[in-house]
Amino acid sequence: MKITVLMKDVPDLVEDLELEAGQLLVDDISFVVSEWDDQALEEALLIKDEAGADVTIVAVDTGDVDTMLYTALAKGADRAVKIVGDFTRRLTNRTRAAILAEYCKSESPDLILTGVQAIDDIDGQIAGLLAGYLDIPHASVVREVHTMDAQLHFIQEYSGGRMAEFTAASPVLLGIQAARKPPRYVTVAKVRQLQKSATLDEVQVVLPSTPGLTVRRLYKPEAAGHAEMWGDDADTVAEHIVRVLGEKKLLRS
Amino acid sequence: MGRIVVIGESHRGALSDASRELLTKAQEIAGTGGDTVSVVVLGEAARDSVKAASAKEATVIVGPGVDEYHPETYERAIAHLLDEIQPSLVLMGNTTMGMDLGAAIAARRGVAMVAYCTALVLDGETLVATSQVYGGKLASEIEVPKTGTVVTVIPGSWAPVQSSDSPDIRDVEAPVPSRLELLKVIEAEPGQDVDITKADILVSVGRGIEDPDNLELADQLAEALHGVVSCSRPVVDSGWLPRSRQVGKSGQTVKPKVYLALGISGAPEHLQGMKDAELIIAVNNDERAPIFEVAQYGATADILELMPALTEKLQERVG
Ligand SMILES: Cc1cc2nc3c(=O)[nH]c(=O)nc-3n(C[C@H](O)[C@H](O)[C@H](O)COP(=O)(O)OP(=O)(O)OC[C@H]3O[C@@H](n4cnc5c(N)ncnc54)[C@H](O)[C@@H]3O)c2cc1C
Ligand SMILES: Nc1ncnc2c1ncn2[C@@H]1O[C@H](COP(=O)(O)O)[C@@H](O)[C@H]1O
Repeated sequence: MKITVLMKDVPDLVEDLELEAGQLLVDDISFVVSEWDDQALEEALLIKDEAGADVTIVAVDTGDVDTMLYTALAKGADRAVKIVGDFTRRLTNRTRAAILAEYCKSESPDLILTGVQAIDDIDGQIAGLLAGYLDIPHASVVREVHTMDAQLHFIQEYSGGRMAEFTAASPVLLGIQAARKPPRYVTVAKVRQLQKSATLDEVQVVLPSTPGLTVRRLYKPEAAGHAEMWGDDADTVAEHIVRVLGEKKLLRS
Repeated sequence: MGRIVVIGESHRGALSDASRELLTKAQEIAGTGGDTVSVVVLGEAARDSVKAASAKEATVIVGPGVDEYHPETYERAIAHLLDEIQPSLVLMGNTTMGMDLGAAIAARRGVAMVAYCTALVLDGETLVATSQVYGGKLASEIEVPKTGTVVTVIPGSWAPVQSSDSPDIRDVEAPVPSRLELLKVIEAEPGQDVDITKADILVSVGRGIEDPDNLELADQLAEALHGVVSCSRPVVDSGWLPRSRQVGKSGQTVKPKVYLALGISGAPEHLQGMKDAELIIAVNNDERAPIFEVAQYGATADILELMPALTEKLQERVG
């Protein structure tokens, strides 16, 4: 079973997202691996542990994706591919999907996994976009992927806690909601160690043309309201909470 | 004149609120341009739901494979129908189905897509969407080309209005699935231990809890408050609490008297399940966390210090 995991990095929400002229100041922002792509990687590694598989991690080089790729290798991926070309941090998801489609067509993986969504996919989620381009079946909001011979088994979450079990013949593309287990951890030292011996495969793809959207601006939404703030001192905050709950007659003695 | 297509979702023979909301918007946009509103649903069970839908035309996609949601069949059936209709605009809920199909259908048909939409207005001739992105920290204003663009709208973005239309209904046969096979549908499991939707006080913990060992602090606090512990999705996905405790889009919708959000950022998918609580108190050491926009009271304390401090104060009070 050849599994390809598509990963990307996104702005770290822990930090302030600086804007200028309605655009993200991408050079001043730190990027982290998209959490759902990390879940997809973990699910792929669990499938490998369970049934054996050849796991390739693929990222489009829009900036510094090397650490993300080396980390995936350190976690147990077999191969890491960096798609290089004339790409910037402002690459849209639509174009990213078209680039990934070019790559996937030449590699024909049996199973493609990626995150169900990312925090910045304004113009569509990679899973759906790519499946549409590749014209292969796909499902999103998926958990618990298992392989049996050439067959795949997985759970798709419907709404309201309902879900469904599917089986599929490859090739299939799945948008992963959560891995069966929390993503494994590797130390920075191990990643650095591996960086000395491992190599990233570079694959060249020409920037395709795709239907674009005009994004007028990004902005910090004017909040409809804001909480009355009590500061950061635990004791003071605890007193406020007791007072408010007391006033609302919500404390039982 | 173009066609605006709404892909509807129904539940027990009625269109979902999210779908009625889309029809309301479709009518509003159509009204100014003389467009026709067309609603599409799948499955025999959905037929009744479009009888009084706010639309001029309705299509029911029928066949053996559409009675339950099936990503491959639904995608192919809808894409095929849209190729025939050639709509100017396609609206779907940003539900599981919209997230699953919206982008795929857009890519298949070579049209643009806008996800996570919360507002859709005409600015002169131009249709402008607002999308909620970056975990709710930023909004994006996007021009929507009326060339068949697929827009997925976050449920609850505007109010649906009552309709008195009776659309012309026609049937279309769905394709037969070829690669994905639905084995079985698993119904939602009721909470084995507690029902968080019935609790007056919820002590809800998010990823800020950091370690499963710290859940004990939340348990003690909940006990002192005579409340119940609930959580955000990552806590469940990590295996720290059962799924029945999860609040949000893919968990439970709760409306307690007090919702204590501890170490929860307030992602849109979480807010969807708790924003209507009577009182929301949020504690999060990131002062910019979106949870503070729905909370009445907030604090930037460390929850690992706050939980024991609050428990102690409550115990002192009882004496
Ligand atoms: C289809 C789909 C469905 C989803 N359904 C749901 C759902 O039903 N429910 C749900 O919750 N999510 C759901 N999500 C996930 C959602 O997008 C977010 O990822 C999730 O809500 C984030 O959870 P969190 O707030 O606990 O974690 P984070 O976003 O990581 O936030 C943790 C917060 O804790 C704060 N913090 C950290 N340490 C401390 C400390 N010591 N003291 C105080 N504060 C601290 C941080 O500042 C941060 O704001 C869904 C996602 C998708 C794609
Ligand atoms: N069991 C169900 N079957 C069909 N539709 C449902 C069900 N539960 C909720 N819905 C609708 O699905 C939408 C929410 O979907 P989601 O955002 O995917 O959880 C809402 O419009 C609900 O009315």
